[in-house]
Amino acid sequence: MHQHEPNDWKKYIIVLFITSTIFISGLWLSNYFNNKKVDQLKSIESTISLDLMSSETQFDLLQELSCKDISTTVLSSELNSLTEKISYSENNIGIENVDVISLKKSYSLLEIKDYLLMKRITERCGQKSIFILYFYKNDNCDDCTKQGYILTSLREKYPNLRVYSFDYNLDISAIKAMISIYKVPDNLPAIVINGKVYSGLKTVEEIEKTFPELESIKVEEPTPKSTTKTTTKTTIPAVKTN
Amino acid sequence: MESVYTVVFYVFCFISVYVQLFFLVTFLEKRRHIVHNPENLELSSYPTVTIAVPCYNEGATIDKTVKSLLSIDYPKDKIKIFLIDDGSTDNTWSAIQEFKDNPSIVLLQKENGGKYTALNLAIENTTSEFFGCLDSDSLVHPQALKRILKYFERDPKTMAVAPSIIVYNPKNILQHTQKIEYDMAIYTKKMLGFMGGIHVAPGPFSIFRKKVFDDLGSYHKAHNTEDQEIALRMQEHGYKIDHCPDAYVYTSTPDSVIKLYRQRLRWIYGFIKNLIDYRRLLFKKEYGTIAIFTLPSGLISLFGVTFLFINILGNIIKFFYNKIIQIQTVGFSHVFNFHYQFDWFFVSTKSALLFSIILYILIIIAVMIGKKMVEGKYSFSLSIFYFVIIYSIIAPFWVLRAMYNAVISKESNWTFERRITNNQ
Repeated sequence: MHQHEPNDWKKYIIVLFITSTIFISGLWLSNYFNNKKVDQLKSIESTISLDLMSSETQFDLLQELSCKDISTTVLSSELNSLTEKISYSENNIGIENVDVISLKKSYSLLEIKDYLLMKRITERCGQKSIFILYFYKNDNCDDCTKQGYILTSLREKYPNLRVYSFDYNLDISAIKAMISIYKVPDNLPAIVINGKVYSGLKTVEEIEKTFPELESIKVEEPTPKSTTKTTTKTTIPAVKTN
Repeated sequence: MESVYTVVFYVFCFISVYVQLFFLVTFLEKRRHIVHNPENLELSSYPTVTIAVPCYNEGATIDKTVKSLLSIDYPKDKIKIFLIDDGSTDNTWSAIQEFKDNPSIVLLQKENGGKYTALNLAIENTTSEFFGCLDSDSLVHPQALKRILKYFERDPKTMAVAPSIIVYNPKNILQHTQKIEYDMAIYTKKMLGFMGGIHVAPGPFSIFRKKVFDDLGSYHKAHNTEDQEIALRMQEHGYKIDHCPDAYVYTSTPDSVIKLYRQRLRWIYGFIKNLIDYRRLLFKKEYGTIAIFTLPSGLISLFGVTFLFINILGNIIKFFYNKIIQIQTVGFSHVFNFHYQFDWFFVSTKSALLFSIILYILIIIAVMIGKKMVEGKYSFSLSIFYFVIIYSIIAPFWVLRAMYNAVISKESNWTFERRITNNQ
């Protein structure tokens, strides 16, 4: 006598279609914005690359210039903001995203080029600068997270300290060459300070004790001269902390 | 692990959006069928009706409930009110004596056995064509009965009609939050009514044809959610349950988190156990919407709530863990050393966030339609945000506990939460 109301299969399918359309649009929109972000990062990298070329050219012309005329900070605010943005993209777009990996590789190359150039300028002009090369990995490395925090706090304390972070496992020959040159072990984190390699977690105090010359760059942190590339930074970027 | 999590999240999100859209499409399709009865509604005939009020230690509040029943606009000789004292240990029995001379009222007393036993006693003692109950802390709108009976008059196949339950006199934030939830439930229940998929005939003032009990038997002991069991039994046998949006019943709701927790623990526990008892219905297309839509979506929502909660909790733990590591490593001063500058780049464009926003918009639309059905106009209230935030935080606790209790079969006590209604 009693009968169930028949299922309205048509409606089930229509709603499925609407929901799928919304989801596909959402995925497309998200992908669209992510691509925009990747484009923005590419544009920043391109600017930095140009800056670097400009500095290299300046350096080549050094014989004809005095040291005070040359830019002393190629690690410009653009490169700083790039550090944060690449780290953010790894978390939000995906650590295995092809674009993000590619951006990270170019970023690492820019860092190496900046490091080499800065080293040459420092030697040529007799500046007191300290460079830290920091090697980390993304997976299963709590100490890398801690080392990241430590280096960030060191950067805050010594704004002239240059920290270059490298993903140990990034498949790029230049990083592999550095690992080989400095004999960086796979016991991470590892830091290379002025050519010497230290493996395992190093606290702020340990780094300061090992490098008393850090004090000198702290003292030397004056009001920046107005140069073509200003050293004034509105933000101090975090060092990669996984 | 990350990708498994993402897939699970998308699946839950997809199903939740699907369910809300299903309601919305049903609303757009059927909105002209939502009848608002006039104040002076008349029925073509006035059948006999029995309303049972089971009372357990309700001496202080029963008076108001009975008076609301006596003020119902219905011929007095056609309505019987059964006041059943379910073995109260307070003054309930003496309190209801004041009504003993009223010809519409029948007083019954029995040993305590739970609400369903009180209702069954009333069913045994009635010969009315229609039967309903009212919890002893609920009040009923004078026109509610006529409006409900009009549904039976219009469609002889309708075997039960559920009312719209409205939070009575909400005072604190928690009660305002529940008001939002109840308003939304009015909308979803009406849509389920259109689809033939109502899974609970709420305790307060659901009206049944007496034939339902004659055919299918009286109330069964069913994990303290007998109002759900009877609805599932009816659905199994193809007995139509509808919903009357303008039959208002005002009910008192828990005013503290702990009371709300106990009430919901019982509801969710009952839902899970009844679902297990009626698992034979699941996904069988011959049982209609209840089997294909209502029960599966209810079940999935339990897992969805649990999953989201674990995810949010995981993120919170991760955040604090990282902060602790940071403090341990470099001290306090660096942790709170913010250098924040707004940059559009850091605005999340994750699709998961987008889908969550769509889902919340659909929920807000559902609440607004519910409010329109109750108050007659679309209105937006800030309580919607309290609702989303408070329920996101506390609902997982009763869901998880109910799931745990269901596994170990630990029932909550009916008397434990007296003065909290049995409505859903």
